[in-house]
Amino acid sequence: MSAALSLRNVWVEYGDKVVLERINLEIEEGAFVSVVGPSGAGKSSLLKLVLGQIAPTKGAILLDGDPMAPECTPERGVVFQRYSVFSHLTALGNTLFGLECAQAPLTGRLFGERFRSAKDKAREMLEAVGLGDSLNLYPAQMSGGMQQRLAIAQALIKQPRILLLDEPFGALDPGIRADMHALITELWREYALTIIMVTHDIKEAFSLGTRVLTLDKTRVDPQAQNRYGATVVYDLTLDRKIAREAEIAYASGKTDAAANDQGITIDRINNN
Amino acid sequence: MGWLNRPLRQGNTWLLGLLPILVLVVVYLVVAADRHAINPNDKILPLPGAMADAMGRLLFERDRLSGEYLFWSDTFASLQRLSLGLSISTLSALIVGLLLGVLPRFRATFGMLVTCIAVVPPIALLPILFIVFGLGETAKVALIVIGIAPFMVRDIAEHVTALPREQIVKARTLGASTWQLMLRVALPQAMPRLIQALRLSLGPAWVFLISAEAIASDVGLGYRIFLVRRYLAMDVILPYVFWIAILAATIDLLLRLSGRRLFPWAYGETA
Repeated sequence: MSAALSLRNVWVEYGDKVVLERINLEIEEGAFVSVVGPSGAGKSSLLKLVLGQIAPTKGAILLDGDPMAPECTPERGVVFQRYSVFSHLTALGNTLFGLECAQAPLTGRLFGERFRSAKDKAREMLEAVGLGDSLNLYPAQMSGGMQQRLAIAQALIKQPRILLLDEPFGALDPGIRADMHALITELWREYALTIIMVTHDIKEAFSLGTRVLTLDKTRVDPQAQNRYGATVVYDLTLDRKIAREAEIAYASGKTDAAANDQGITIDRINNN
Repeated sequence: MGWLNRPLRQGNTWLLGLLPILVLVVVYLVVAADRHAINPNDKILPLPGAMADAMGRLLFERDRLSGEYLFWSDTFASLQRLSLGLSISTLSALIVGLLLGVLPRFRATFGMLVTCIAVVPPIALLPILFIVFGLGETAKVALIVIGIAPFMVRDIAEHVTALPREQIVKARTLGASTWQLMLRVALPQAMPRLIQALRLSLGPAWVFLISAEAIASDVGLGYRIFLVRRYLAMDVILPYVFWIAILAATIDLLLRLSGRRLFPWAYGETA
């Protein structure tokens, strides 16, 4: 397995505030990396870094060995917790958007034969995420789970090198969340995706990921809380075989899990 | 059931809406009849018959001086000025508002200018407009544009700026260029807001139109009202005001319906 994404001694500082320090990571092709950590430990900053929304203050980020531009480019797909889809486009329109941008630089729209082939591709993608029957719905008419499915389809149609998930299932009901876990696992395997997922849910992090990163501060100066940033304190590679077994067990036990999740006495979502 | 939740049938909404208007009409008629009982030549509150007479002349008889049907040429002239003013304002609001909202560099350069123009009372600029553009149509249209365009520009700019950051990032990761971002993400989402801003600007637009016509014009609804004021001709003024109300309400209704029709997603409706 080659390293798809490398972070070499990356620091992120906002003025005096050090958010991330000494981040050294090699993320190999096909990995499903979960990132956990307490609030304010730079999880979002790490995601923004890989997304190209912010540039590292120090250090280098390499994608397939080449330095990555600090811009949001189509090599990186993203699904946010909210506002990931365009409310003025139907499910089909949302999914077509990426194709249209690439093929029609001036008008941003496709016509005729090219439109039909793009549409077929988009429909296929929507069917893969289970939205085959909802092509003409606007996001406002969809449930939260459907909107996240759409956001995933919209990102995947660009075949990104890395898919970034920013607490993608954080706003969903437990039952829906279980369905989404199954979906993302299936898509990850089917499309051989490389995924980085930021989450608050530790159970989710372990059940989905092949590798779990924990960010936290290792040094604290009580006089200057912002003097030191967070770094990777735990980097657990879950054995692939174990992970796969866990997945299969997870998939077969899915209905049970879903049923259990609806119980109010069992705290299966560890919101910490 | 409380007042808040009591269901209302469609027909009842109309009836309820008409009720206060009816009451006003009745009150007017009673007071007018009262005044006419004391003074049959009262001009301040004319009876419907007198209004019909006066309006009949303006509607169906050619003016002896100009040979025109005055009511219709007034209406046409005013609507032409208004629609020109509204179109120019809407178009500039869309273009400038989008640029201000999407491009931080553009906002930094021109944001202050737009705010400065917006806070100047447009009527204070009217003399300048008359001096620069003369007393013709241009000055009147320019007053409407200066009066409402800055408000609309700012409204659209604010709305576009407030689009969730996530959407912009998402569009970027889907390969959208700045141009595509404006065309496919910002523009369509600004459109329902534009209709909203236009509806809110209708009132001020009429104010500026009537003001410009009152000061320097030879045709137009505002011109006519201010002309016949000299003769205390309430039998013309009142129907004209009523006509303006009907025109304004119709334009508002058309805008609202076309907004729902063209942008169903903004109203939670199906395609």
